[in-house]
Amino acid sequence: MKTPEQHLADLGEIRSLMHRSSRFLSLSGISGVCAGLFALAGAAGAYIYLGNDTFFGLDVFSLRKFPGAKILDYESMANRLRDIDFYTFFLIDALLVLVGSLTVGYYFTKRKAKRSGASLWDDSVKQLLIHLFVPLAAGGIFALLLLAHDLIALVAPVTLLFYGIALFNAGKYTHNDIRYLGLCEIVLGLIGTFYPDSGLLLWAIGFGVLHIVYGIVLYYKYEREGKEG
Amino acid sequence: MSNFLLQLNKAFENRARLGIMSVLMVNDDVEFNRLKELLQLTDGNLASHIAALEKENFIEVRKQFIGKKPNTTYIATSEGKKAFSEHLDALEKMLNQIR
Repeated sequence: MKTPEQHLADLGEIRSLMHRSSRFLSLSGISGVCAGLFALAGAAGAYIYLGNDTFFGLDVFSLRKFPGAKILDYESMANRLRDIDFYTFFLIDALLVLVGSLTVGYYFTKRKAKRSGASLWDDSVKQLLIHLFVPLAAGGIFALLLLAHDLIALVAPVTLLFYGIALFNAGKYTHNDIRYLGLCEIVLGLIGTFYPDSGLLLWAIGFGVLHIVYGIVLYYKYEREGKEG
Repeated sequence: MSNFLLQLNKAFENRARLGIMSVLMVNDDVEFNRLKELLQLTDGNLASHIAALEKENFIEVRKQFIGKKPNTTYIATSEGKKAFSEHLDALEKMLNQIR
């Protein structure tokens, strides 16, 4: 016959197994912060490219106000960038952000999985990726089609919206916190659809600032002092 | 207190069996190796507990071939899910009364 303490330990074990077996918990907070920094760099690049062009209606970012900006020779850099075709520039910019974030994310996630002894490729990862990438792929293709139709102003809000839906959808298969990030992205996407002029700013908030905040929250909640999911 | 003990299912007395059922409650179907990895059991040990649960009709074994490789997955039956939930409820009641 088991003692109450043994039953209590069993319950703890059951809880942990249910959680561990169905969710991928090795997503690292640091990679969130890095993705955010990449996105901010990408947004800054886009801002330099657009200059004072009122297309995105942005003055907030005015890089010239930063102390170090003079060293960069802002004008000639902006002029050189502007020689690149509009679509080419944005596709390359977005691609660099994406590849940078994924590479760093993969590295830190792998490191975290290795430390906690979890495997990097199991059913929970597969589930997470499927639920993440189906809405994301739909959104990506949709955004490219919008570009093809010259509906450029809607691209930023649409990517935010679909990204938010993808995160919300994937929330069941990793830390639940990702759902709140998803909801915030959805709200930003809808605001962006309402104010298409503020696309770049909202994009910088959604992919930059929110990722950094999310990464820090994740880090403090699950990673500091060797805490495990 | 004794009637709570009657509701505790003998089939789940063992920790490995509790573990197997826990994993199958939240996952549609699970492969043998995945169970082994999650529960940190040896092949023989896991197989005997699976056999015991299968005998009770709490889990279902599905054997199929992926290409030429045999692939065995396990699924909790509705009977097994019900029995496991009742077992957990009984555990909870018992622990609540002791507190």
